[in-house]
Amino acid sequence: MQKVNTDVERCKGCYLCIANCPKEAIKKSGKVNLKGYEYIIVDNDKCISCGSCYQVCPDYVFEVN
Amino acid sequence: MKYKVPTTVDVMKTTFCSGCGQGVVNRLIGEIMEELGTAEKLVVTTDVACGAMNVDFWNFDTIVGAHGRPLPTATAVKKVRPDCLSLAHLGDGAAYNIGMAETMHAAIRDDDVFALVLNNCVFAMTGGQTSATTMLGQKTKSSIQGRKVEVEGKPFHIENALSGMDIAYLARGSIESVPSIRKTKQYLKTAFEKHKNNEGFVLVEILTPCPTNWGMTPVESMKRIKEEVMVEYPVGEFINRGGGK
Ligand SMILES: Cc1ncc(C[n+]2csc(CCOP(=O)(O)OP(=O)(O)O)c2C)c(N)n1
Ligand code: SF4
Ligand code: SF4
Ligand code: SF4
Ligand SMILES: [Mg+2]
Repeated sequence: MQKVNTDVERCKGCYLCIANCPKEAIKKSGKVNLKGYEYIIVDNDKCISCGSCYQVCPDYVFEVN
Repeated sequence: MKYKVPTTVDVMKTTFCSGCGQGVVNRLIGEIMEELGTAEKLVVTTDVACGAMNVDFWNFDTIVGAHGRPLPTATAVKKVRPDCLSLAHLGDGAAYNIGMAETMHAAIRDDDVFALVLNNCVFAMTGGQTSATTMLGQKTKSSIQGRKVEVEGKPFHIENALSGMDIAYLARGSIESVPSIRKTKQYLKTAFEKHKNNEGFVLVEILTPCPTNWGMTPVESMKRIKEEVMVEYPVGEFINRGGGK
């Protein structure tokens, strides 16, 4: 199961999630969304469902299962 | 689901800059309204500043007040609709410069109203001019050499101005890290509960980043809050009339 659901169309490329993920499970995807921002991608294997990304993301990209 | 985005904010429409602090604060308000079951009762009076953009994507009832003066409007809302929760959504420029008189008199009267101040240390919407809370040395559009005591005076502290006043609640939080965000949510929830119980004037200030006008990346902005802004403006509860829960 996906530990984190992401809606990357909301992403504005601030990368606060990357700076705050304790497991370095988030990185830039190399792809750009419709708003023009390079969005992020989560490595499900590294993720521990801690919710830090949900807490810091100003644009509600994450929901944690 | 462990962490679910509140349904009270229409998230796709947010027009704030990348890394702006408004989004996190909105999420905390949304979560608290869902937890208290009060989303239908909240009326927010915004300022004419960056926070006014909220009216386009909040599912709460909203009024855009006159700049700097959402507090008297919000006080009036509470008087004519006592069943409502009445929040005045302010910036530092609105609360401590343009609307300073309104902030002080709401506190002096101990008005039954909730003042929420997003302190990003600048007049953000107008392009980043000096506000009462601009840091010493901070370069802004109207202090291009950096803020100086001789010119703009010292940074303004609401906890000093309202010290000893007979008001229900006064706290300052920050959103620069996960622990701070969780703590700030506690302050906001305490404040909303006090406001719900009609206990009088509550003010919560939140230190927020404005990467656009600070000329920094969002990650650098959060570092600045931790290393500089929180040193000038300590977080914590300053007034809690009647004690905590
Ligand atoms: C009566 C009045 N004076 C001036 C303005 C111009 N104005 C709009 S936003 C703003 C500054 C807002 O600063 P702040 O309250 O800190 O909010 P921020 O944009 O930083 O969130 C000013 C001076 C106005 N809209 N109305
Ligand atoms: S915190 Fe949110 S908006 Fe910022 S980069 Fe991460 S997913 Fe995108
Ligand atoms: S839930 Fe925690 S571990 Fe998983 S991606 Fe988000 S911040 Fe990283
Ligand atoms: S100018 Fe600053 S406060 Fe206004 S939306 Fe942009 S980052 Fe946020
Ligand atoms: Mg401001």
